[in-house]
Amino acid sequence: MTRATFKGGIHPPDNKALTADRSIEKAGVPMRVVMHMSQHIGAPCKPVVSIYQDVKKGELIGEPTAFVSSPIHSSVSGKVIAISEFPSITGKMINSVVIENNGKEEWAELKEDPDYENLSVDELREKIKTAGIVGMGGAAFPTLVKLSPPKEKTIDTVIINGAECEPYLTADYRMMIEEPDEIIEGLKIIMKILNVERGFIGIEDNKPLAVEAMSRAALRTKGIKVKSLEVKYPQGAEKMLIKSITGRKVPPKGLPMDVKVVVQNVGTALAVYEAVRYGRPLIERVVTVTGEGIKRPANLKVRIGTLISDLVTQCCSLKENASKIIAGGPMMGFALSSLDVPVTKGTSGILALTDDKVEESGEFEPCIRCGRCIDICPMGLMPSMLSIYSEKGFYEETKSYNIFDCFECGSCAFVCPSKRPIVQLVRLAKSQVKP
Amino acid sequence: MTAKENELIVSTSPHIKDEESTTRIMWAVSLSLLPAFFMGVYFFGPKALFITALCMLISVLSEYVMQKLSGKKITITDGSAVLTGLLLGLNMPPSLLSINPFTIHIPVIGAIVAIIITKQLFGGIGYNIFNPALIGRAFVLISFPKAMTIWSEPTAAFFALDAKTTATPLGILKEEGITRLIEVFGDKSNLYAQLFLGYRAGSIGETSVLALLIGAAFLLYKRYITWHIPLSYLATSALLAWIFGGKNPLTGNIAFFTGDPIVHLLSGGLILGAFFMATDYVTSPSIRRGQIVFGTGCGILTMLIRIKGGYPEGVMFAILLMNCFTPLIDRAMRSEVFGSIRKKEL
Repeated sequence: MTRATFKGGIHPPDNKALTADRSIEKAGVPMRVVMHMSQHIGAPCKPVVSIYQDVKKGELIGEPTAFVSSPIHSSVSGKVIAISEFPSITGKMINSVVIENNGKEEWAELKEDPDYENLSVDELREKIKTAGIVGMGGAAFPTLVKLSPPKEKTIDTVIINGAECEPYLTADYRMMIEEPDEIIEGLKIIMKILNVERGFIGIEDNKPLAVEAMSRAALRTKGIKVKSLEVKYPQGAEKMLIKSITGRKVPPKGLPMDVKVVVQNVGTALAVYEAVRYGRPLIERVVTVTGEGIKRPANLKVRIGTLISDLVTQCCSLKENASKIIAGGPMMGFALSSLDVPVTKGTSGILALTDDKVEESGEFEPCIRCGRCIDICPMGLMPSMLSIYSEKGFYEETKSYNIFDCFECGSCAFVCPSKRPIVQLVRLAKSQVKP
Repeated sequence: MTAKENELIVSTSPHIKDEESTTRIMWAVSLSLLPAFFMGVYFFGPKALFITALCMLISVLSEYVMQKLSGKKITITDGSAVLTGLLLGLNMPPSLLSINPFTIHIPVIGAIVAIIITKQLFGGIGYNIFNPALIGRAFVLISFPKAMTIWSEPTAAFFALDAKTTATPLGILKEEGITRLIEVFGDKSNLYAQLFLGYRAGSIGETSVLALLIGAAFLLYKRYITWHIPLSYLATSALLAWIFGGKNPLTGNIAFFTGDPIVHLLSGGLILGAFFMATDYVTSPSIRRGQIVFGTGCGILTMLIRIKGGYPEGVMFAILLMNCFTPLIDRAMRSEVFGSIRKKEL
């Protein structure tokens, strides 16, 4: 097995040991769920339920209004008690349907399909569409859109992203160990839809058990290979992953399909299989609840819409010295101002950092031009120059340093010895100029 | 739970950061210069210690006063002023104080020029165009040429206050040729060995190549510097020394491909300059490819001055001249965005 990689990147301490050996457990069923009508990139959904209406588990409650959108289903059976705006992880107010659980766990009718291997491509697409599957790595891009490339773009490779390069997170890792066969089945379905013969599962070297489990599961299928990747952040970024595995470079402003590749997250592949085989819509996902600030770190299978405060309670709540709670990983996640916000389809982890890990200094030092950020920028940018220009207010100039190619992985801010908020300065500049 | 919630810290990603800091880097570089500093004190006695300490003291003081006066945050603990003072001290001739007690003003002026004019007037750390220690030294060299070019023999006797004055190896090489230089040191292998260990006249911190390499190895190992600048600098210098450094003893013209690159590498401030001065983050290019251009430029200018110029030594001026080009190099050699098609591939 070759050790694939890309140029640049960093080695943050991964801290995955907190939850790496914890099997995925079912989270407690929440008393009520807050279902955001926008859990994906693209147009928000329109609620199709009315207040006080009874809904079943898996019943459609939000309908897509555009191509880039994805339906939303109830994750509990119960009564709709509110349709209104509720705060999201990022603090934005989002139209949501709130459902009170009646504890009956009644499923809406699901159409099982043991014979799914004989379904046509269109039928498979339809099943994925109605299940409301989105990319579960974090960006939550509607999966159907990725599986419907324009005619002129041929695809020859599908990659399952098992890199999970964000420190602390182990959700994908546990899924690969516990359900490797299902993930491979999901990959096969995706390959069939795209009419592709070549499939890869990219996994970082620090997850030998996952590599082993997935390799064993992949043995039976021709064309599917496990690639072990160098442990490096951001190995799981789409462009980096494609470079590591196929050697192809997605051009600036381009998409994976420009180099004939489609990338899907491990969780997404699993969801695809469950949707096609059991007709199950995406109403739960694996969330790693971890960090030094939580009493009992765990990998939980969580209903979408569960409040983060419920999850924290289930993990024996926070320690006294927990001072920052993050949705997602420590490199790209969002710090929460309130725990009363729901888990969405894109929530991969809840991380409680303790006082000693949180360094908050409003002040930062001038750039000493050490070049560390340039060395590690996976996109080949000059973060130092971007941050200097943005700091001085010369936003236009940042364009000549390709600011819009930055995907804000945070590697530069991680290595900066002057503790400059490079990513924040990049975001500021991006908001001030047009691409 | 709810009481705690009001105290949650909210800030943008990334939420974890590397432990490395500017302060740590500055102190680490200072630390890496300690072997050379101790060797300087060993060879040249307490006056070497006094000159270096004075440079450091005045540098820190200048930074403090300047920041105090301009109402800026006092940053003397970040180690950068200490480092500038240390580098300046190591670049001073140890014989300064032997001439007369009033030459004490030379390190003082050097440090003030380095910190106040070269660094703080440009905006402080990160904004200076030139290497502060080198500007400080260039200023006093031009202002007090006599005092700055009297060299003493290493005595290896700590309390020998009045050392014998002598010429530096590069001075002998320039004025009297390589044959005379070998004569002075006995034979060729002895010449190399003495130069490597530091038994020769020169600035306080530049003579012991061995001590400097120990410090440089530490910096390279800890990745505080990379090979790009030092290697391109030294390789270019060695190559040019070999091609143009030889002289026909009869005619005095250049005899091509007869120069002695080893003598050039081991003498003067080349090792100190290549590893500790040219690699200064602020005043050298940040792009690796640009650093090779920078190092090569330093090498060409150093050898041009040494062989053709009026000074026997050219490291200081070479680095300062290349400092001017740093912004240009960084601009011209901008890194390429991931996935962009290179010109040659088209």
